[in-house]
Amino acid sequence: MISYLMRRILVSLLVLIGISIVIFVMLHLISDSPGRVVLGAQASAAAVEAFNREHGFDRPLFAQYVDYVVQLLHGDFGRSYKLNEEVSVLFAQNAGRSAVLSLSGLVLALLIAIPLGILQAVRRNTVVDRAATGIAYLLYATPSFLVALLLIALLSQLVPLFPAEASQSTSPWVVFTDPRAMALPLITLALTNVVVFSQYQRSAALEQLGMDYIKVARAKGAPERIVLIRHLLRNACIPLITLVGVMIPTLLAGNLIVESVFNYPGLGLLFLNSLHREDYPVLLAYTLIGGALTVLGNLLADLVVARADRRIELSR
Amino acid sequence: MTTAHPELSEKTDVIVAAATAARPLAAGAVLRALRRSPMAVAGASMLALLVLFSFVGPLLYPTNQTDVNLLDALLPPGEGYPLGTDPNGFDVLGRLMLGGQVSLEIGLLAAVFATTLGTVYGAVAGLAGGVVDGIMMRFVDVLLAIPFLFFVLIIAARFTATPLTLSLVIGGFSWLVSARLIRGEVLSLRVREFVQAARLMGAGDRRIIFTHLIPNTFGVIIVNLTFQVADAILVIAALGFLGFGLSYPVTDWGSQLSSGVAYITAGNWWLIFPAGLCIVLVVLGLNLLGDALRDVMDRRR
Repeated sequence: MISYLMRRILVSLLVLIGISIVIFVMLHLISDSPGRVVLGAQASAAAVEAFNREHGFDRPLFAQYVDYVVQLLHGDFGRSYKLNEEVSVLFAQNAGRSAVLSLSGLVLALLIAIPLGILQAVRRNTVVDRAATGIAYLLYATPSFLVALLLIALLSQLVPLFPAEASQSTSPWVVFTDPRAMALPLITLALTNVVVFSQYQRSAALEQLGMDYIKVARAKGAPERIVLIRHLLRNACIPLITLVGVMIPTLLAGNLIVESVFNYPGLGLLFLNSLHREDYPVLLAYTLIGGALTVLGNLLADLVVARADRRIELSR
Repeated sequence: MTTAHPELSEKTDVIVAAATAARPLAAGAVLRALRRSPMAVAGASMLALLVLFSFVGPLLYPTNQTDVNLLDALLPPGEGYPLGTDPNGFDVLGRLMLGGQVSLEIGLLAAVFATTLGTVYGAVAGLAGGVVDGIMMRFVDVLLAIPFLFFVLIIAARFTATPLTLSLVIGGFSWLVSARLIRGEVLSLRVREFVQAARLMGAGDRRIIFTHLIPNTFGVIIVNLTFQVADAILVIAALGFLGFGLSYPVTDWGSQLSSGVAYITAGNWWLIFPAGLCIVLVVLGLNLLGDALRDVMDRRR
């Protein structure tokens, strides 16, 4: 187990270094003159060149990359071109709100999808199963912004239950303190994730239901509830753990869209506004953090699965 | 092969038999199986409907989509405008057809580009094996961990997007999963008799990849292509919705929908939901068709 752990962490670190190089180089190719962006289109070429020289942007790309990584290791994400603020400060202001919203959406989706998927597997090919699969197909083909707009049209305009704009509070816990104002963003996130998770959970549970240990448990006369909760749940959730781990880019993208539709001030909205402002230090840092979270998600998923499924440990 | 070496000739016969035993894709049989699948029929019908709507529709229902007409802006559905007009006074129904052409073209082009790149990359890695394979696939791991929508957005915000550049950018980021899939297929194919037979007969790497390995992964490739088109159309829609899609006068479903969002509080539903319905139908059609295709291919193995 320990050596497996060490090897996985090492590989993750290498991938992380690879990601940082690719992202840094590609962003440099997209926008190679910070002076032009900071000083604006009217600045003279000489002024732009002087700015780039003064801030070290005229040096070889490799030297700039090494400097950036050294900065990162000191917790310094650089300075915004446009906002006169450290990028790390901007992130600290917004990250909590995004994280709480995304994680609540994820937990809500799992709480719905796991029982739903198992129910569909147990009652496979009944009306319930077919209806749920049909809805899943339909929602899976629906972009999350369309889900959000439909919810606004139905639950905010047709029946005015919830506001169409998310809470503008600066507290990260607003999901819990003002659930009414956060209902539509949460439902959007949950709905778009439930359809992915439940179909996955359904096929995982179906596979497990055919296994001998379920038959043994049933043959021993264990009540169906016990069979499902004590025996099936644990094993049928393993594939879902992996899925959640590798879905982090999807979750971040969903977050971007939901924050944009509901005007919720988090990292997604910060990213979109930075796109309009050509604020590359913010874009670079957020893309890097997204990549790092993805690597971390994959790593954690592997470790949790290795912990939950002892057969993996034996085979290594 | 009637030579003075009967033994050798016998061996070659076996090899030739093994080589011809490789059965790529029997298109006729697959089509027959698909016709019996309700999912495939439903999916194909939705696609056919939208292709006809987008490409034949403008011939039957010609509208002016070039001259802004502010006198007729934001009219609700009614006489003369079955789906109303948008903020520029364009007929929404006609604009949907135009947007459909662009969305479908970009989706297909991006998917073909991604699948081709992924197939060749995956086949080369799988056949090469060893260190080369390791390095090539670690590179795929690295790219897969980069949040792809962020990057597409950064590129789309910096450069003016045209349908061609947009397809290349989307395709350039979505070949990774195809590469992994094809590599897996090739790993299992390359130890099979017909590939070894081809190698014994002196076929080079390029010949083995293009005439033996890739044709035998056609099933996987086509299923993957179907899903890639669906995914690409969703990405274009998201870009258009976030305001980083194509710029006037070119339009796509996502951009059209986006232009309606500013008016959602005014109740101008016709700017949003018809375009949304088109996106849902085309993606649903592709997913249904892709799943049905995969089922058929799996059963044939």
